[in-house]
Amino acid sequence: MKHIISIRDLDRPFIDDLINHANHIASQHFNANSLSDKILALLFFEPSTRTRMSFEAAMARLGGTSISVGSIEASSIAKGETLADTIRVVSGYADAIVLRHPKEGAARLASEFASVPVINAGDGAGQHPSQTLLDLYTIQQSLPLDGIDVGMIGDLRYGRTAHSLAYALSLYRCRIHVISPKGLELPSALIGELRDRGTEVIEHEFVEDIIRELDVLYVTRIQRERFPDSASYFDVSSSYKITTELLENVRSHLIVLHPLPRVDEIEPAVDALPYARYFDQSKNGVPVRMAMLQEVLK
Amino acid sequence: MTRPGPAAEGLMISPIKNGTVIDHITSGEALNVLKIIGITGTTTESVSVATNVSSNKTGKKDIVKIANRELCKEEMDRIALIAPRVSINIIREFKVYAKRGVERPEFLLGVVRCPNPGCITNAHEPISSRFEVLPHGLHCMYCDWLITNDITGHMI
Ligand SMILES: [Zn+2]
Repeated sequence: MKHIISIRDLDRPFIDDLINHANHIASQHFNANSLSDKILALLFFEPSTRTRMSFEAAMARLGGTSISVGSIEASSIAKGETLADTIRVVSGYADAIVLRHPKEGAARLASEFASVPVINAGDGAGQHPSQTLLDLYTIQQSLPLDGIDVGMIGDLRYGRTAHSLAYALSLYRCRIHVISPKGLELPSALIGELRDRGTEVIEHEFVEDIIRELDVLYVTRIQRERFPDSASYFDVSSSYKITTELLENVRSHLIVLHPLPRVDEIEPAVDALPYARYFDQSKNGVPVRMAMLQEVLK
Repeated sequence: MTRPGPAAEGLMISPIKNGTVIDHITSGEALNVLKIIGITGTTTESVSVATNVSSNKTGKKDIVKIANRELCKEEMDRIALIAPRVSINIIREFKVYAKRGVERPEFLLGVVRCPNPGCITNAHEPISSRFEVLPHGLHCMYCDWLITNDITGHMI
């Protein structure tokens, strides 16, 4: 039984296969009834409308059925049932479980109590492997993954998508450039780990210093609540904003990604430039999740 | 000034009849070793501690002697987490009855509490904490937190 819990559990052949599979699906090479006898349980303990819709769409495209809890408040979960018990019960209703939970490690726990495959759709500040897989998938649509220069900008401390992507890129010998405000840097333990794995991690103070040497720029949101007052937030966020001016004279194949939703990290005028790929990235969630569902349900 | 020899060490800690001698403790870790094996101010064992003793092997070391108590394997392995070069002698009738090195365990089950308040192991769930012992620290197998210092402070 295959679970997809953390990008750390996946090796390069698995990821490469999954990306190839998603490529086939995206070019309409799939059986629209392949999961017609399967039921997917969506257990969302915190709201995440897009991730949920994306999994539901993926399941529907393969002919499968999705079931979910109406509202957490009205269920046994609100009555204090442990996650372990919920998972054991739901395992009896469905062929696979997609779990979103506020606690880190919740999906790992679920995989230990489930009798069906579990896919982690985000656990707290922890892992969100389907996001990372669709990030990698989006990059490889334009560029070979091996040995490229990837810049990551924004909140790299609390931004879990940046952590898992950095980890995954270390499988492809990419060079990682990190640009973040003071206090929101990539955690030093993670930088140490990436370097131990042979990945070059270079810290930059200003994005202008490196933007012309990048193949990919991965933008993450800087959250207002990380700052003591609005003034210091606006001060920092405006100096990390991606503008058309900043993108002058960059590499012609540069792609700009963002896990969305964005607030004002990327100026709307950038959307019209050929570098902007964040809407493709979001659309790619469906074929990637279709490939994941077929993988765990085969 | 001359290096204090075995005689000087003998003055600091007297031999015990029965019990355990924990030698070659990383200098400065003796009190943490006591904490790990549950010796506090209120325990009844007679315990002697010597810190920063000169040693040919490691430069400086700590030594702990506990009368009338033989450590079990699990306690020894916990000590290895903070003092990997330790050697443990079980003493019976003033003689070394058994001499044991320690090994760092590969995994720790329910030994250390995860410092991450958002970790599922700190929620009301029927699981114990699980850490992987890495060269540079302890890795929580649920939330990926890395404990790199004050391991003793996180023990349950
Ligand atoms: Zn943890």
